[in-house]
Amino acid sequence: MTPTLAIDALRVGFDSDGGTIAAVREVSLNVEPAECVGLVGESGSGKTQLCMAAMGLLPRGAQVSGSVRFEGREILAASPRDLNRIRGSKLTMIFQDPMTSLTPHLKIGVQLAEVLVIHAQMSWRDAERAALEALERVRVPEPARRLRQYPHELSGGMRQRVMIGMSLLCDPALLIADEPTTALDVTVQAQIIDVLRTMRAESRMAIVLVSHDLGVVAGLADRILVMYAGRVVESASAALLLRHAEHPYTAALLKCVPSLLGPRLERMASIPGSPPAAAGIEVGCAFAPRCPRAQPRCQTERPLLRKASGPPHQVACHYPLSA
Amino acid sequence: MSGAVRRWRANPAAVAALAVIAALIGLALVGPLFNPNDIRALDWANVATSPSSTGAHWFGTDRLGRDLFARTLEGTRVSLTVGLVASLISLTIGISYGAVAGYLGGRADQLMMRFIEVLSGLPLVFFVIFLTVLFGRSPYFLFLAIGAVGWLTMARIVRGQTLSIRRREFIEAAVASGAGPVRIVVKHIVPNLLGPVIVYATLTVPQIILFESFLSFLGLGIQEPHASLGTLIAEGAGEVEAAPWILWVPGTLLALLLLCLNLVGDGLRDALDVKER
Repeated sequence: MTPTLAIDALRVGFDSDGGTIAAVREVSLNVEPAECVGLVGESGSGKTQLCMAAMGLLPRGAQVSGSVRFEGREILAASPRDLNRIRGSKLTMIFQDPMTSLTPHLKIGVQLAEVLVIHAQMSWRDAERAALEALERVRVPEPARRLRQYPHELSGGMRQRVMIGMSLLCDPALLIADEPTTALDVTVQAQIIDVLRTMRAESRMAIVLVSHDLGVVAGLADRILVMYAGRVVESASAALLLRHAEHPYTAALLKCVPSLLGPRLERMASIPGSPPAAAGIEVGCAFAPRCPRAQPRCQTERPLLRKASGPPHQVACHYPLSA
Repeated sequence: MSGAVRRWRANPAAVAALAVIAALIGLALVGPLFNPNDIRALDWANVATSPSSTGAHWFGTDRLGRDLFARTLEGTRVSLTVGLVASLISLTIGISYGAVAGYLGGRADQLMMRFIEVLSGLPLVFFVIFLTVLFGRSPYFLFLAIGAVGWLTMARIVRGQTLSIRRREFIEAAVASGAGPVRIVVKHIVPNLLGPVIVYATLTVPQIILFESFLSFLGLGIQEPHASLGTLIAEGAGEVEAAPWILWVPGTLLALLLLCLNLVGDGLRDALDVKER
């Protein structure tokens, strides 16, 4: 079966005064139909640029190589016309900040219906009816009234629900959710994750869920990829990764998740140091300067992603934790 | 929007100015019905009589014995029409040009903006004289000529706003949901420009009225027997020692009109420009 999304050796770079900035250094990733893949990493690890490449939304100045295939079709070489046809229908995306992702002067109903008018050639009347159903599906209270409201009249969580509802209108094969809960407070986060989980069960679409919060990803993803400095450093099924992290970076990330049950800490755990600058040439392992297990070899030789203990477990480290 | 209405109401000068403009427009439209004197009639018995409330001519007559009240009303009507129509033309060209340049960005934007700079480098009066010589002196053409040179600033404003709006997330979200460039410009960008555009447009109307009066004063604008406030002022300027009211009546009216339009524009700017409700 063709994977829904197949990314192969993708590199994304930007020219800047200080040389080329490598946002994504070389990432390969397959998303199977109905699979939910979590993408975890710090700010600047290349998560968002990866999503943008998958949507064909990279800015004009970007230098891209490798390939991104959506249901077998190459996205990187697609014409804007073809892209517009799949984007919003088969391939959809929700953004980090629901407060700014809706056009402020258009009513919710118009914005939802517009998607169907573009993609499904529906009449406005039918589209409005479908928009109402979409709001019901994502559990928006009083959907009929919401359709007539403007974005600023809705709360953040409500707007993110609207965005999710909008992205599901045309029954997509893949939903890319770029930090869908980051801008929301914790209780609303849980509700949104819940909505995503229900939607997934109902529609069998694949999801790429991007977050810097392992907790958010853990609750939803089948498989988790950990990114660091533009590369995937570990990839495993969610359960395996959370229990047996192999990469020291993943282990450090897991330690940063505060626990209600564990001992009370004076300070929140954090990873010392900061991620490397995205410009410049990489020598050795990008995480080495912050890694407690680093050896001289880590400074000079870059570890490749290779198979680790369990069956679908890959790690890019010379000295994984189980070794 | 209700906030804007409230801020507008809190500005008494702007509210009063709008009332005066409405009154002037009303007068220009229905005034002739109450005036017993025909606009073209020459009253040889009363040549250059001064204004009086009891006489046959309320605002007096000019050198040829034409009723100044009727002439001034016609002038107001013509001036307002020129102002509105030419503003609409410059608005249409300016918004489309500016939005396209701002949305395309890059080289297309650079090219389109350089073209605007070349145009704005041309002496305006010379340009209009040139067009008038080329296409004749029809009043309709005057609309076009003034409108066609008045859009430059509007295009610049719209382009600047578009540049900042097109970087906002909701535009990216619209692109991500498959909206094409035309739809994005027309539905998602242009309506967001309305605030600054409305403000600038209200300030364009008096500018254009003034410019038309200026051209008419020079004899390039509206031609006899039609009158605009500019031609009336030009006529009055020649008689200012013998019959000053021929200058004063249209002059005062023009000044009042321009003042009020500017006050309304300023009021709108204060009411609408407070960004991000």
